[in-house]
Amino acid sequence: MRKPVALKDHQRERRAFQFRALLAFGLVVLMMAALISRLGYLQVSEHERYRSLSDRNRIQLQAVPPNRGLIYDTNGVLLAENRPSPNLSLVKERVSDLDTTIAELATMVSITERDIEGFQRRLKQRRRPFEAVPLRFRLTEQEIARVAVNFHRLPGVQIDAELIRHYPEGTSLVHAIGYVGRINERELKQVDELDYSGTNHIGKLGVEKFYEAQLHGTVGVQQVEANARGQVLQVLSRQNPIPGRDLTLYLDLQLQRAAEQALGDRRGAVVALDPNTGGILALVSTPGYDPNPFVTGISSRDYKGLQQHEDLPLFNRALRGRYPPASTIKPVIGLAAIDSGTIGLGHKVWDPGWYQLTQGGRFYRDWKRQGHGRVNLRDAIVESCDVFFYDVGNRMGVDPMSDYLGRFGFGKVTSLDLPEAHAAFLPSKEWKKAARNRSWYPGDSLNLSIGQGFLVTTPIQLATATMVIANRGKWINPRMLKSMSGQDDEGLEFHLEVPERKQMDQVELTRDSYWDYMTRSMEMVMHGKKGTARRSGAGSSYRIAGKTGTAQVLGIKQDEKYDAEKLAERHRDHGLFIGFAPIKDPQIVIAVVVENGGGGSSAAAPVGRKVLDNYLLRDTSSLSVASVKGGV
Amino acid sequence: MNVQDFQRTMPGAQAYFSRNRSWWSHTHLDAIMLLLLLTLAGYGLFVFYSASGQSMAAVQRQLIRYGVAFGVMLLIACTPPRLFRRWAPWLFGIGLITLVAVILVGVGAKGAQRWLQLPGLPRFQPSELMKLIVPMTLAWYFAEKPLPPSLWHAFKVLVILLIPTLLIAKQPDLGTSLLIAASGIFVLLLSGILWRYVLAAAALAGACVPLVWMLMRDYQKQRVLTFLDPESDPLGSGWNIIQSKTAIGSGGIHGKGWLNGTQSQLDFLPESHTDFIIAVLAEELGLVGVLVLLAIYLCIIARGLYIASQAQDTFGRLLAGSITLTFFVYVFVNIGMVSGILPVVGVPLPLVSYGGTSIVTLLAGFGLIMSIHSHRTMVTR
Repeated sequence: MRKPVALKDHQRERRAFQFRALLAFGLVVLMMAALISRLGYLQVSEHERYRSLSDRNRIQLQAVPPNRGLIYDTNGVLLAENRPSPNLSLVKERVSDLDTTIAELATMVSITERDIEGFQRRLKQRRRPFEAVPLRFRLTEQEIARVAVNFHRLPGVQIDAELIRHYPEGTSLVHAIGYVGRINERELKQVDELDYSGTNHIGKLGVEKFYEAQLHGTVGVQQVEANARGQVLQVLSRQNPIPGRDLTLYLDLQLQRAAEQALGDRRGAVVALDPNTGGILALVSTPGYDPNPFVTGISSRDYKGLQQHEDLPLFNRALRGRYPPASTIKPVIGLAAIDSGTIGLGHKVWDPGWYQLTQGGRFYRDWKRQGHGRVNLRDAIVESCDVFFYDVGNRMGVDPMSDYLGRFGFGKVTSLDLPEAHAAFLPSKEWKKAARNRSWYPGDSLNLSIGQGFLVTTPIQLATATMVIANRGKWINPRMLKSMSGQDDEGLEFHLEVPERKQMDQVELTRDSYWDYMTRSMEMVMHGKKGTARRSGAGSSYRIAGKTGTAQVLGIKQDEKYDAEKLAERHRDHGLFIGFAPIKDPQIVIAVVVENGGGGSSAAAPVGRKVLDNYLLRDTSSLSVASVKGGV
Repeated sequence: MNVQDFQRTMPGAQAYFSRNRSWWSHTHLDAIMLLLLLTLAGYGLFVFYSASGQSMAAVQRQLIRYGVAFGVMLLIACTPPRLFRRWAPWLFGIGLITLVAVILVGVGAKGAQRWLQLPGLPRFQPSELMKLIVPMTLAWYFAEKPLPPSLWHAFKVLVILLIPTLLIAKQPDLGTSLLIAASGIFVLLLSGILWRYVLAAAALAGACVPLVWMLMRDYQKQRVLTFLDPESDPLGSGWNIIQSKTAIGSGGIHGKGWLNGTQSQLDFLPESHTDFIIAVLAEELGLVGVLVLLAIYLCIIARGLYIASQAQDTFGRLLAGSITLTFFVYVFVNIGMVSGILPVVGVPLPLVSYGGTSIVTLLAGFGLIMSIHSHRTMVTR
């Protein structure tokens, strides 16, 4: 062999290997030390941070919703309660195919398109994984049974009971107490989101809305341990919710139903007040609607049906209906005229059936073509003489009238706990200049003096102004709430504050006897020989002070679709009536509006009489509770 | 030659001949190593029971795997290393064929073809076998060459190493190809290759990083990106690493107690009984539990390196050393990735994670080490 052969040097190789093996071991130890320092960093230095991270993983806070406070009428009759409603719910994570499961369920219980539509909507806004989403509310016993026997084939389907607001009186009270509905995004932003984390409903209208904070209560919290899939394994701790406070209203259910039945199927409103407390005894607006579908979520089709109904059932006429007060304004104008010294009590006007501002000018007609002849203020009230008030209006001018009307609460919201109440409109010289850029004409004053023209009022405003007369100028703000159970956080009873903008000064007249004069005049409307409402006042065992009004309907648009009969009906006058009784010691004040009812004395005053009878003659009357319930 | 002369020239011979050859020596097992492995397996099962969601059935399956694996280990330990040395090139050839077969007709899941289903044989993963065959082949190659190897030899070895590594990376199985590459490089390093070659190769490898990045699959790139910034995708690919770090960190020094780990028992920790089992251990038994595990691993590695340095020929030395150091790579990569200092590659925690193939391969490797140790002859070459 010529080439030098490299020979293996075993000793040297062995030594070299041993050196490198030792080096490798040293490296292994070093890298292990690196691992240990990393683990030490995670497990010792950062331990606290990771422990809280792992707790945040496993511990979830769950809200326990409080029970909503109940609402009672003045006699303790339940008006709004919480009913356990058996709901058919689906847990999306456990259902393999939502559509087939729903189709399967539809063979056992009735599931409408609306239910599915609502379900999809709720599915989108749900918050936690593994949260059951309701598909159908208020299952019947049979439906529960039919689903229950099929549970094994329907994973993810469950029946659970949720406390749901229920209004046993339904349609009768919706305009008085409002209703609750599912919270929407916008409302959630306005409330304490934490407090509502377990609550699905919120007051949408009326008392339910105004007293939302007190009715809702305080949310409870429970700490639960959940796994990565969100399934709750155990409850770690629980802080119970504080239920909402119960409300007792001044509302008298029996009176409410009597007023509703007196109106019958006519469109209109009745407001009854207790002049001693300002409590609202009845607040009726017809037609009403059933609030219960709104609680679980009304379908858009049903809602549209209500919205587009020609009788506007969703419209709260008692609080938001703006009607010309017509002759029912005359007692206030009359008081203004004598108190301001515009006329004396002896002032008389010759009424030929018309009034002219200037010779040869426009004729302002009296409702009675042939005229009332020579009348004083009392006659003008009793017979509702327009010409007398034209004269008064012309003499007084707009400023004092507007001022006095404002002192009786017109153009303002004076009720305390009715969020829907509307201020309607009280015109003034300044308003006309600013809004219409026209000066106030004397003719405007004439119209104002008989309650036509620019002035519009709501039924509750009419009732409130009448209450001021009944109370001889003393102001009490109308209110729904009589009392509230429990205490607030500071242990105080609930006290209904009168906000500054609603505080009204007592109406003081130069002579207190003017009140007696006006009350006596209004008494003669009901009980006098010539009184416009003498038929409604006849035969009563107590004395009533009242005033009728007949408002001309303006501005009904000619619509070809209306059939002739309906058109004629919608052109008929609105009938109005205000009153209080008994005169000696007023217990109840009412205002009645019957839309297109014809005259105030023929349409509205009889309704008023029925309401007064129900309240004042209850014990001796043939109207017992039972017969009210059965329907008069 | 009288007895005195014999004893002077052959030290240790007396002990060799006077040794009482018991039944134990016929098993060719190394008692110390076996004890360490059994301790590790026992400790691993203990953790595994908790990580499997306290499933006795899973523990039984794992026990059967241990049984099979220890059987394989015994079988290999009894086989003299010279046979492996003789078979090494043939085994390597068969291994390459099966790897190519995997790419052509393999089966698998999640976009990776790793398994070979041959009629009449159980499903197996050729890449696992290559973990032993590759170091064996390289040790065989160096066995008769003068060491330290010349640049030419080193280059040829690298080429031999590169073929199976690339074939496996193509499956793709980044974890296994990484382990195989490591085992080959360990053979090279232990062979005494000159440091200047090592440094040059390291510089070259650094330059190749962008190339490797281009060749990687999307999900592999995603893993690396996630590793660099796990918070960037806390619910997606970053989830695993955030949850495992949370599990480890929340364990603290003493742990939450066996079976009481909330991260693992409430399913927040993914892969808790396979690659991420160390997080279960760290959460439930704390830093103390991890240190015990690392101590066992360190002892096994020390024993392996000791056996390697006592081996009587180059083949044995290189093979035993490479297997031992690769074992450590398992440990380091697994714990490193679970604790968030290395990217997530599919490397199990050796002898603790669930998975039959890796346990069998690992114990077969220890069988080789034991075979090398127990088949030493009287005369050192």
